[in-house]
Amino acid sequence: MMKRWRWSIPFAIFVVLLVFLWIGLGRDPSVVPSPLLGKPAPAFRLAQLHKPGERLQNEDLKGQVWLLNVWASWCVSCRTEHPLLVQLAKTHLVPVYGLDYKDKPEQALAWLVQNGDPYTASIVDADGRVGIDYGVYGVPETFLIDKAGIVRYKQIGPLTAETLNEKILPLVRELQK
Amino acid sequence: MRQAVFAVALGAICLVAAAAAISAPASDLVLDVRLKKLENELRCLVCQNQTLADSNAELAADLRREVRELALAGRSDDEIRAYLVARYGDFVLYDPPVKPVTWMLWFGPFALLSGGALVWWIVLRRRERRGPPSAATATADTSAAMRARKLLDDESDAPA
Repeated sequence: MMKRWRWSIPFAIFVVLLVFLWIGLGRDPSVVPSPLLGKPAPAFRLAQLHKPGERLQNEDLKGQVWLLNVWASWCVSCRTEHPLLVQLAKTHLVPVYGLDYKDKPEQALAWLVQNGDPYTASIVDADGRVGIDYGVYGVPETFLIDKAGIVRYKQIGPLTAETLNEKILPLVRELQK
Repeated sequence: MRQAVFAVALGAICLVAAAAAISAPASDLVLDVRLKKLENELRCLVCQNQTLADSNAELAADLRREVRELALAGRSDDEIRAYLVARYGDFVLYDPPVKPVTWMLWFGPFALLSGGALVWWIVLRRRERRGPPSAATATADTSAAMRARKLLDDESDAPA
């Protein structure tokens, strides 16, 4: 009896290993989980792209749910997600703030004229320090921040219609309640 | 002619390098060594298999600048590590800390090894309980061994 079932032990180990490896294959190794989730969004106080004399700080945005989209005019994959942001801005579901990361203001402004400006306001992170505070390592990145200023979601890489509609917008609706 | 120009250029480079090395104060060298060591323990997030020290990525350069400034501000190595972990997670450390999420990573191999040892022990014990090999197999074994030894002896006697 015992002998007959013995083959099932290595077989079970093999199946478990297969499942682990299969999951591993499907994961994107370039996506690093952010330690910021559930923590207060790092403070910033930066000059605005369109009004260089005026500064915007995260304290100003408390009390509303907002998206922080990190982008740059030199960033190629920002172009793929940009139409989606422009579309999102038209729906007025959630304000999007742009963090222009390590960019030249004149190039950034030209880029927005060319591709459309979905941002309620854009701020300039010329030396990338605020980007480091937010753990940015692969532009574009998008953060969802709640009324209390807590980071609720982080998207690394370009937004897709799928993640926007299935993850971010439902979360926005829930947080806006 | 070409060689002469090359020699002069090489000499000039050496002089400049030597001058740079001499003009740097000793404390800078100490700091450089310390930072180099620290940067070798940190991972670049853009090219994930390179250290912060090795990477040419722009983010790595920014992070090196940040690490240097923190060090100049008097922060300890642990504080600098904590600063980066707060932003990028444990992933930036090449030496991940022991905590519940990393238990599998740290103890998994030992668990597998002891599991294997346990199976080995069980198999050995079962074999022992079954008693010594029967007389028939024993004679077969000895006759085979004798034959093998004979063959080997013949081999060694043969001229090379």
